[in-house]
Amino acid sequence: MSRGVGAELARRAAAVIAGVFLIVASSQGLDDHGQLENPALQARYEHITQQLRCLVCQNETIADSDAELAAELRDEVRQMLIAGKSDAAIYRFMRARYGEFVLYDPPLDARTIFIWGAPFALLLIGGIVIYRVLRVRSRMPLDDEQEAGPK
Amino acid sequence: MWKWKFVLPIVAFLALIVLFAFGLNPKRDLHYLPSPLIGKPAPQFALSDVLDPNRIVSNGALKGHVYVFNVWATWCGACREEHETLLAISRQNVVPILGLDWNDQRDRAQQWLQQLGNPYQGVGFDDKGRVAINWGVYGAPETYLIDRQGRILYKHIAPMTMNVWNKQFLPRIAAARRGGA
Repeated sequence: MSRGVGAELARRAAAVIAGVFLIVASSQGLDDHGQLENPALQARYEHITQQLRCLVCQNETIADSDAELAAELRDEVRQMLIAGKSDAAIYRFMRARYGEFVLYDPPLDARTIFIWGAPFALLLIGGIVIYRVLRVRSRMPLDDEQEAGPK
Repeated sequence: MWKWKFVLPIVAFLALIVLFAFGLNPKRDLHYLPSPLIGKPAPQFALSDVLDPNRIVSNGALKGHVYVFNVWATWCGACREEHETLLAISRQNVVPILGLDWNDQRDRAQQWLQQLGNPYQGVGFDDKGRVAINWGVYGAPETYLIDRQGRILYKHIAPMTMNVWNKQFLPRIAAARRGGA
């Protein structure tokens, strides 16, 4: 008997709590799964959180990470999207606080030019080396032809 | 004429050794990230105090003063480790220490301060972590030094020690005060 009442109370309490969550969530532009109601915003949210590094785990995006800080940063991104901030503004926000490290795709500037330029520089150096080697070799007599000649 | 062909690989090899010596140095802390906020104005905040929820803790009240801002939490083992040092620093009475209790539970934080002692002038209760995000906090403990103009002078990531305090903080505090302004 008393157990039945307790269960009923617990059920009602759960319903009230769920209701409150729903109201709070919907008032923030989120549905009951924590997704943004606007699908375009949700798509941007998913893209942006894939581009930001979790500062705690460092090799995970904030979309993938279970760290509490990642959850808070995801929430921050959601709130900024709802507030109508542009992608660039969100990246600027994160970069101003956590530095370039937070971006998986660091911008091209004086400090990162080496990283961006190194592959091209190496390709150029390699090309010059190959060119010079080939040019020297092409002037050499072909050994096997000489050997083949007299026989 | 020929020489550079032999010298160049050796120079390149030496350059690689220097690069690897830095890159593979086991003492290098891969988790250390320089803060882009150094030299920038410290983010303003106003939060309820951990000990007295009716009191507002704000760094705006410390404008014109050099102060220390320390981020901690009861779930953070290294914060327990540095607590004695913070108490010793607060007894020196050099600068006020403002605390930020990050992603924590109020009752646990209150217990912590009552049992271990309270080095803080006030402790903001940041259970949502929003103030911490503004400061670029990514791990506790973190300790900041803020000058009279409200700019962040220095950030220490890791437990505070007397060595760090004497070598990194005290000289900067003295310089910030000498700077007048």
